[in-house]
Amino acid sequence: MTTETTPKPQHPPLEPATEGQVLSGAEILVQSLMRAGVDVAFGYPGGAIMDTFHFLNRSPIEFILSRHEQGATHMADGYARVTGKAGVVIVTSGPGATNTITGIATANMDSVPLVVITGQVPTTMVGNDAFQEADVVGITRPISKHNYLINDVRDVARVVREAFHIATTGRPGPVVIDFPKDVQQAQTAFHWPESVDIRGYRPDRLEKKISPSHPMVQKAAKAIMRAKRPVLYVGGGAVIAGASEEVTALARRCQIPVTTTLTGLGAFPEDDPLSLQMLGMHGTEYANYAVDQCDTIIAVGARFDDRVTGKIAEFMPQCECVIHIDIDPSSISKNIQVDIPITGDAKACLAALLELVEPTERSEWAEQVLAWKKHHPLREEFGDDEIHPQRVISAIDEIAGPDKITVTDVGQHQMWACHFITHLRPRSWLSSGGLGTMGYGLPAAIGAKVAAPDRAVWCISGDGGIQMNMQEMTTAALNEIAVKVAVLNNQYLGMVRQWQQLFYGRNYSYTCLRRRSICEKVCRDPGSGKCQAYLPNIVAMAEACGWQAQRVERRAGIRDAIQWAEETPGPVLLEFSVHREDNVWPMIPAGQGVKKMMRGMELI
Amino acid sequence: MRHVISAQVENRFGVLAHIAGLFAARGYNIESLAVGPTHDPSISRMTIVVTGSDRVLEQVNKQLNKLIDVIRVQDLTAEEHVERELVLLRVKSNPKTRGEIAQIAELFDARIVDVRPGAITLMIADTQDRITALTEMVRPYGIHELVRSGSLALART
Repeated sequence: MTTETTPKPQHPPLEPATEGQVLSGAEILVQSLMRAGVDVAFGYPGGAIMDTFHFLNRSPIEFILSRHEQGATHMADGYARVTGKAGVVIVTSGPGATNTITGIATANMDSVPLVVITGQVPTTMVGNDAFQEADVVGITRPISKHNYLINDVRDVARVVREAFHIATTGRPGPVVIDFPKDVQQAQTAFHWPESVDIRGYRPDRLEKKISPSHPMVQKAAKAIMRAKRPVLYVGGGAVIAGASEEVTALARRCQIPVTTTLTGLGAFPEDDPLSLQMLGMHGTEYANYAVDQCDTIIAVGARFDDRVTGKIAEFMPQCECVIHIDIDPSSISKNIQVDIPITGDAKACLAALLELVEPTERSEWAEQVLAWKKHHPLREEFGDDEIHPQRVISAIDEIAGPDKITVTDVGQHQMWACHFITHLRPRSWLSSGGLGTMGYGLPAAIGAKVAAPDRAVWCISGDGGIQMNMQEMTTAALNEIAVKVAVLNNQYLGMVRQWQQLFYGRNYSYTCLRRRSICEKVCRDPGSGKCQAYLPNIVAMAEACGWQAQRVERRAGIRDAIQWAEETPGPVLLEFSVHREDNVWPMIPAGQGVKKMMRGMELI
Repeated sequence: MRHVISAQVENRFGVLAHIAGLFAARGYNIESLAVGPTHDPSISRMTIVVTGSDRVLEQVNKQLNKLIDVIRVQDLTAEEHVERELVLLRVKSNPKTRGEIAQIAELFDARIVDVRPGAITLMIADTQDRITALTEMVRPYGIHELVRSGSLALART
């Protein structure tokens, strides 16, 4: 006698497809991701991408299920910034796709390689206002490097191959693949293209041309040798190109002080006496003085953005020679007229330069720079016993050590992290520079930890930023991703509040996160202490998501808490109740020059 | 300054939208844009006329080149090139003026492509100056409607 039982589902693991094997579009996509070397992807399923998900959990690709598609996109971004490989996102159509938009725009602004695959309604329904339909190709056009709508199942493998090529070469960026459901279901023979040939996209042509005999490289070398007061201005492009060694070699050989942009932090070690740290609106005084006084600037993978230049007419008034190395020709002479443009990969360009330049002594300039550094340091002394964010960040920097990866949200804490983390290595600093995306920190830290499980990953966030993608705490707990989060809670949207204090007569319009419906619309007594209790309880929320968490309210507890977080396995959150109205100094107000630099409240 | 840009692009859906979006997002006004496939059906050629400073145009060229579907961009302004535009215009006419209008058309090498009671339709394919001159000549008779193709241009070498 036999007993009938419901058969258990049989879904065998996916074997790598053979050339010419007839498969569905969905399986071809997953097989193509495997062929492209994808080991991890982030995302969220839904109706229009179910066919693809049907193969995903049987593939060797590790998949991290986020709690919101924006979170998944920032995770992929964090993964990409640490590894240099393309971060992969797989989501459904309509709202799934539109939720990735902020993440795609963030990656686009900071040249981060992503491949974002969005489900789409069947081709027969595209344009019909179908359920969960959005014009993803139209929406992502201005915020991606390139995008595709696959209309024919025979194009799937080629499109995936091209997408990874486009995302990771030249100036990297996000590529979107919109993938209709009927194309996922259609069948064809699998052919993985051996090479990519896109006639409108030949970044290798730029890269090959650079050699020491290149006329612009020769001109640049002469200008560098001739310069009396040169400055190296290094951006995220140098990190992406892996050009840190060359930057460091050039700086040391020719005794050139180095300042970095926000995304360039880590491209040059800040413990080197030649380091000026970050320049610009919240840059160090000495970096901005050096740029103000320089006679030659060597920009490497930086784009003279408005947060760096301030008022263009007053930027680098003494500079006689602008050398600009960038892989993106459209970044050259966009904001600043360039004298010696070198279009190409920063690593190759600097290597060519290094063959031409000879060791140079510039003692007068070096002494001047050292004097600025000595007399105008970043201030961290407070005559009180409160928890100041700067103190917390310095303690994290010291305790977590040089091997850590630091991730931030956007705002005051981000600027303090620029200042008080000692940036020593490339690809160890993740921050939304161009778009300035609040909510970036936690998910990007998760992506970073997935990419580098053996390194400590610290997310420094504010109470505003952490609340923007808090749901991803669950993702970290369930996937055992041991990120450490420090929330610097000043109960304000601090950077906007700082501007309100400085430029809007301390009218804290909707920047107080303790504000409730019973408050007067215009607060008459900000920070008086009479406010309502703060919500939410961030520590309790972290614990509810399966995290270990602690609130730190006294200065004496800072170091112990950080130590505890370092030693505790799994994800940990520390909430620091910090001084409410600390400001980021120095500051050059938007659209002003270095002469208008503010160094503290007393000088206003 | 007026610039004539000639771009070879992939003949695919979405490319025109991409290029139009690029101009719109940066506030560059397109004076005219003409597009059609070339002798190679996989490639379209766009002739774009824009006005702006040389710096703005340098950016336009670089931004166009950045698009994956753009194969080649030339600013023809600095090069020797031929440029023509096609115009159709329907002019008010009666038996008395018809002959005069035909005579003007002949002077400008314009063709009469349609005649009906009360109106005569002319076609001219020429340079902008000559088109303007013809338009001015027939304006007193009364122009019902006018349509221009936008400039088409080719480098001489």
